[in-house]
Amino acid sequence: MSEAMKVPVPIINEETKPFWEATILKKFLIKYCKDCDRHHFYPRSKCPHCHSLDTRWVEASGKGVIYTHSTLRRAKVPFTLAYVTLDEGVSVLTNIIDCDPDSLSIGQQVEVVFRDNGQGSAMPYFTPME
Amino acid sequence: MTLNSKAFIAGIFEHPLRLAPEKSLPQLHAEVAKGALDDAGLSFSDVDGYFCAGDAPGMGAINMAEYLGLDLRYTDSTETGGSSPVVHVGHAVAAIAAGKCNVALITLAGKPRSSGQATGTAPRTMGSSIPESGFEAPYGPTTSNMYGMAAMRHMHEYGTTSEQLAWVKVAASTHAQYNPNALLQDVVTVEDVVNSPMISDPLHRLDCCVITDGGGAVVIVSPEIAKTLNRTQVKILGHGEAPKHLNGGLIDLTYTGAKWSGPLAFDEAGITPADIDYASIYDSFTITVLETIEDLGFCDKGEGGKFVMDGNLISGVGKLPFNTDGGGLCNNHPANRGGVTKIIEAVRQLRGEAHEKVQVPNCQLVLAHGTGGSIGTRMGSATLILGGEDA
Repeated sequence: MSEAMKVPVPIINEETKPFWEATILKKFLIKYCKDCDRHHFYPRSKCPHCHSLDTRWVEASGKGVIYTHSTLRRAKVPFTLAYVTLDEGVSVLTNIIDCDPDSLSIGQQVEVVFRDNGQGSAMPYFTPME
Repeated sequence: MTLNSKAFIAGIFEHPLRLAPEKSLPQLHAEVAKGALDDAGLSFSDVDGYFCAGDAPGMGAINMAEYLGLDLRYTDSTETGGSSPVVHVGHAVAAIAAGKCNVALITLAGKPRSSGQATGTAPRTMGSSIPESGFEAPYGPTTSNMYGMAAMRHMHEYGTTSEQLAWVKVAASTHAQYNPNALLQDVVTVEDVVNSPMISDPLHRLDCCVITDGGGAVVIVSPEIAKTLNRTQVKILGHGEAPKHLNGGLIDLTYTGAKWSGPLAFDEAGITPADIDYASIYDSFTITVLETIEDLGFCDKGEGGKFVMDGNLISGVGKLPFNTDGGGLCNNHPANRGGVTKIIEAVRQLRGEAHEKVQVPNCQLVLAHGTGGSIGTRMGSATLILGGEDA
């Protein structure tokens, strides 16, 4: 999202509350399954890979690469939607911000940044690394 | 047990309108239902099974049973987005084979055009209880930027070009010129497509389907009833359906659920992609067609761009005549759902009732494929194989 746009307040439920509480501390949490040694995203209590119920929160590095991206030119304020594949192997839907959309490429390194929404959580976005 | 030839498509109807501001939503469902029952030589009182999806109002089949005055013993409101009617055909065959109903009516209708929906560029509404909502909705996913992301990745991995995607639209428009009901009837060129305004990279305006009011209906009957009807009966030879999703974050946007629904349908029908005379391929965007024909096995993965070039999807010109009504890209995408029109044109081809300029000669084996939801996130894919009287 453009900085000119209001930072949204996400839908938070019982299962995802820890994720959003951590965003205020600028931490990007993902879920890890001890039984199959794999991460998943979006976070849930049940591992979608091995069906274990023993999942736990871990802090991700916050770094990754652009898997794909698309800039919506017909929006009032054009913005870039993207999937970023984190170093931990899972991909997350996000916006790439603070960049020239025409300069973006698949495989480019990006890192997480947070924008406080003033409502008790912060929205994670990604931006190109220097 | 196989459901091959356990039921027949007896009736079809596509609403002729593309803009229907004077009609209510249930009224459109009723008009397409009447049209398909008339086509079959049946009446509302013959219907004992009814199938609809999220485009129907309220509780779907329950509200519509009351509105239509149906006396039912079987209902199914399975919701897979635009592919729902393709799924419903498979479910209707299963219900008929199990003796749960004998005459199944499937309807789809909507009026996004007259209600001014910005279908492709407005955020999709997501309910607060949908588990991914918090992690997706704040980022502004729309139909066009999600499909744009799939196209961008396909280009990156396989070298697919905007010009190759444009050939899909060129083929659809070549067919649409013969359809007097099509919303867009002008033939376009590759240059027209790539020079049309960018909607969401890399998809141009002419890579996107139309937004139309209207709808369509299909009537499925048991073999016993088919024998009593004075109509060409279309055999339902195979059906497959499969959801595809983001797999816990281990994503791959370069293929669709057709990778699984296609083989299920081909196996049940006992044929291969090489046997197909005509294909209705879901065409919400040009990229939807390109990925789907790869996944269904009409060409190797990654070769879709080369396959669609030079008119290879044009009837009378190429190897795989597709969407001879003009498809969702030019003709009709009622209720933002192209599934029912895919079935309808496939049946027209088997009956020899397509326009003479696009009718495939000796057409005996056809495919109709639906893709509901989004190839950028999660989708319901469904494939049907249909056969003519000699199949």
